[in-house]
Amino acid sequence: MKLGIMVSEGPYQHQASDSAYNFTKAALEKGHEIFRVFFYHDGVNNATRLTVPPQDDRNIVNRWSELAKQYDLDLVVCIAAAQRRGLLDENEAKRNGKDANNIAEGFRISGLGQLIEAGIQSERLVVFGD
Amino acid sequence: MEEGGGVTKKFLYVNRKAPYGSIYALESLEVVLIGAAFEQDVSLAFIDDGVYQLKKNQSTDGIGMKNFSPTYNALGDYDINKIYVDKDSLEQRGLSLDDLMNLTYEDENDNYAEKPSISLVNSEELAALMEQQDVVLSF
Amino acid sequence: MTLHIVNKSPFETNSLETCLRLARSGHCVLLFEDGVYGASKGTRFEALLTEAMQNCKIHVLLPDFEARGMKADNLIAGIETVDYLGFVDLVTASERVQSWL
Repeated sequence: MKLGIMVSEGPYQHQASDSAYNFTKAALEKGHEIFRVFFYHDGVNNATRLTVPPQDDRNIVNRWSELAKQYDLDLVVCIAAAQRRGLLDENEAKRNGKDANNIAEGFRISGLGQLIEAGIQSERLVVFGD
Repeated sequence: MEEGGGVTKKFLYVNRKAPYGSIYALESLEVVLIGAAFEQDVSLAFIDDGVYQLKKNQSTDGIGMKNFSPTYNALGDYDINKIYVDKDSLEQRGLSLDDLMNLTYEDENDNYAEKPSISLVNSEELAALMEQQDVVLSF
Repeated sequence: MTLHIVNKSPFETNSLETCLRLARSGHCVLLFEDGVYGASKGTRFEALLTEAMQNCKIHVLLPDFEARGMKADNLIAGIETVDYLGFVDLVTASERVQSWL
């Protein structure tokens, strides 16, 4: 079955991203298709490559990047939510006159329409948040 | 018209959080407005503290935040006119319909008569409404 | 059938209470994250859960329950356990998923 996922909280602060990851991984292992994982609200912070978690803890950002690579996942970060919170890719940094970008591998920044499209195209949409 | 593949689904936006204390209400409204371009069958539900989003007379001058409540008035222009408020939640908070903004839309099938967008619903009606949906987005 | 997913302790918010008020007969509820506290025996929510089980099926995500120091035998009788694979099955078996954030 084709599934869509929405993640509404950032990493570490709340379990939402962990739950979404564990769910997504389980769904993929069962042979389901993940149409898209959409990161909204503070969930956009799951996409910063500048996190440095302690060695003995899980690396939430890298874990998403690796899953995306393994399964060719579409990890989309909401542009409006990302701009508010300082999450930028190269184009957005240039466009807004910022001196750096911080998006991690495997994520892309796009509009809220991608969430609506995920709702339309997926057979089920599951929201993980606070 | 944006890409939706010609499919029309029933979308329900469930709002259960108060405004200003957190950003969920504002960013939920942003999804609703963007989503309007996809011409889906959209309903909004306001439950629990979410009913506070529709309180009239919001004034944010003293907190340095933008008062986004006028944006709810624009929903009618985006053809979003199915706004359901949970009666139980409203009553538990000592509020009635009169305490909420008067949200309206122009009914194009009735000579553009101005009609109220908000419906008060009881638990049974709300449960029935939820069961008709294809996609439930929670904020 | 709707799958309701609840991730809040009933002691913290009224998500579980509102969920159970609006869930219809034949629906499924999954308690996960801090929502699992609602599934344990002996809390003041046990009667609410027991009553809800007359119409709805209630599941708990066992990894979340165990992470919080509880075992399956701490569950209110009738609540079923699932792992993440079981969570996926609940989603695909339902017509829609409603998250009670």
